[in-house]
Amino acid sequence: MALELTGNKELLGSALRGSRRDLSRLLSLIEKGEDVAIPENTSTKKSMILGITGPPGVGKSTLVGRIISYWKKEGKRVAVLAIDPSSPRTGGALLGDRVRMDSADSGDHVFVRSLSTRGNPGGISASLMSMVKLLESCGWENIIIETVGSGQSEIKIVAFADKIILVDGPDRGDIIQAEKAGIIELADLIVVNKSDTPGALKVAETIKSALSFSNENDSPQVLLVSAERNTGVDEMMELIRYSKSPIWRDRIKIRERLLSLWDYRLLSSSQLNQVIEDIETGSISLEDGLDILSR
Amino acid sequence: MKIVMAKPGLDGHDRGAKVIARALRDGGHEVVYTGLRRTPEEISRIVMDEDADALGLSTLSGAHDVLIPRICALLRDSGMGHVMVFLGGIIPKRDHEKMFSEGVRAIFGPGSRTEEILMFLEDASSRIGSNMPIGVLNDDGWRWN
Repeated sequence: MALELTGNKELLGSALRGSRRDLSRLLSLIEKGEDVAIPENTSTKKSMILGITGPPGVGKSTLVGRIISYWKKEGKRVAVLAIDPSSPRTGGALLGDRVRMDSADSGDHVFVRSLSTRGNPGGISASLMSMVKLLESCGWENIIIETVGSGQSEIKIVAFADKIILVDGPDRGDIIQAEKAGIIELADLIVVNKSDTPGALKVAETIKSALSFSNENDSPQVLLVSAERNTGVDEMMELIRYSKSPIWRDRIKIRERLLSLWDYRLLSSSQLNQVIEDIETGSISLEDGLDILSR
Repeated sequence: MKIVMAKPGLDGHDRGAKVIARALRDGGHEVVYTGLRRTPEEISRIVMDEDADALGLSTLSGAHDVLIPRICALLRDSGMGHVMVFLGGIIPKRDHEKMFSEGVRAIFGPGSRTEEILMFLEDASSRIGSNMPIGVLNDDGWRWN
């Protein structure tokens, strides 16, 4: 164990000095649930963390590809964490986001890591916190987190991102469903992608009218974009740069961070499997199990 | 295992690569697919960023002779000698020995069954478990034939 820790320390030192290989290895360790003691970011330079979320198939990855290009032109170093679900049955995952991010493979100033949920949404958000911190410490100025938002899990992105873009597409209207989950209010900007196809305008109007029922001052703007044709992307980036998050969202953020940390504590407990077994056999109750794990 | 599936070079057909990617996923592996027309440098960087254990390369264009040795060399030179490389697509029999000598551990041509590829990966996993090399760096003669 002690040996392992010194090994991690060396990796960390080398990653902080700019080794891409060792940064990548550290991310794997964090993903596996290992504790990596990342020093607090003491410099005044803070990374900008952008969350991209929305239903499957609306073009999030293509849009991320455009954002990478946009920031690259500004001379920024961009890191992307692209999260895809893994099969709960086999644990396997097909991570295909890179296919739609041509700009991702084109240089030393872009780092893209695909992550699977490993059938464990709580787990991934917990390690995400450390991953983002590590990327930030290693000098990645702009960090994008891309997740498939469905139901409750998408709110997690609030815990990590400074700014959130919610993406929807024509003929979906899923976002109106998402309204119930609250993400629509938490977004800084709502983007209706594929603006070149019929139906996009109507979806944008529907979302706008749904938003008009809530407090208008802090409801997000709705913007039509075509990631495929690269129209509206510059405007989107301008809007997101100057958008101001409402204060109440900071509270939600702290709350979500607490929940993530809590999940992390539970899931990384050495007694987790034993507790699950004991609950299964009926020798302890759920509450007992929780007490043991949170001790 | 975490596996990067890549299409190096200029050929424009990836049905095979996609079928394999899907089969590996169903076999419980974590597969990152790169999409078409990646350069050796891009592929090596993707393997690094993803911290993959293995790299599957599919080529149909006949350029394997140039591309594969280049990719294997890049992996070795950038501290990724532990990464296992396997091939699929059209690799003529006469080129197999050369590919193996570059560090490739398996070649799956047309007609290969996906179960066989999964068995190969299982074999590789158990080699990792017993500290035997599977990567492009330390060739101890282990091949999947």
